[in-house]
Amino acid sequence: MGKPFDFVEMKLPAKSEYVGVLRLTVSGVANRLGFSYEDIEDLKVAVSEAITNAVKHAYFEEDQGEVTIGFGMYKDRLEVMVADYGDSFDLEKIKEDIGPYDREMPIDNMKEGGFGLFLIDALMDKVEINNNHGVVVLMTKYLHENEVGQNDDQISTTQ
Amino acid sequence: MNLHIDDYKDGDLYVLKLAGEIDAYTAPQLKEKLLELIKTEGIGVMVDLEKINYMDSTGLGVFISALKTANETNRSFKLINLQENVYRLFNITGLNEVMDIDNTIRGGK
Repeated sequence: MGKPFDFVEMKLPAKSEYVGVLRLTVSGVANRLGFSYEDIEDLKVAVSEAITNAVKHAYFEEDQGEVTIGFGMYKDRLEVMVADYGDSFDLEKIKEDIGPYDREMPIDNMKEGGFGLFLIDALMDKVEINNNHGVVVLMTKYLHENEVGQNDDQISTTQ
Repeated sequence: MNLHIDDYKDGDLYVLKLAGEIDAYTAPQLKEKLLELIKTEGIGVMVDLEKINYMDSTGLGVFISALKTANETNRSFKLINLQENVYRLFNITGLNEVMDIDNTIRGGK
């Protein structure tokens, strides 16, 4: 029994040299799904912002570890997860752990990037953040944006 | 996935011609060069982004910092020839209201 979607996972050293490598990968994956040139540009920026945050985080911790990135390739959307630790994803588990946005919650970890999180939110259709063990950003872009409700465009964060 | 920086002097104005990508890896070298030029004598710096095909918030951060330094030292700071996807980031963040950006001479000589 195959899953209803393809899943691509990669680990990169938590170094800024690899931000561009991830961008090339996103480009390829999104192209595979049929995203437009403009959408691919948006995805490249959003995913770069997420890994840049993860790399900075690793840098400040002086733990030159790995960043794990997962691509959930669905018929109608691309889900990208960026985690600032090297463990493999359990896709379903991570989705269970990511809850709705709590307005009281400071998102201090992400603010280091300045406009980073703001851009992720602006360029993707849905963004969720989990701060439990390291930071996991789960972001979604739909192939046909107009089929998605406006209320999906929001940031969620849980701890 | 690199950034090439060329700089030359046009009268009292420094022109910085950039080519490539501005991201977390390349932004530090850009910031260093840019701040150094703004602080040297002259009326200011103009940055030509015509050949920048990718930029993210790390680039925005560098330009914000350059603008602040330029304001402090009474120099001009201007961005020209932004590609559409690059200009879009200034537009989304509202920085196009704060920065001196001139796209009108794109393609013209």
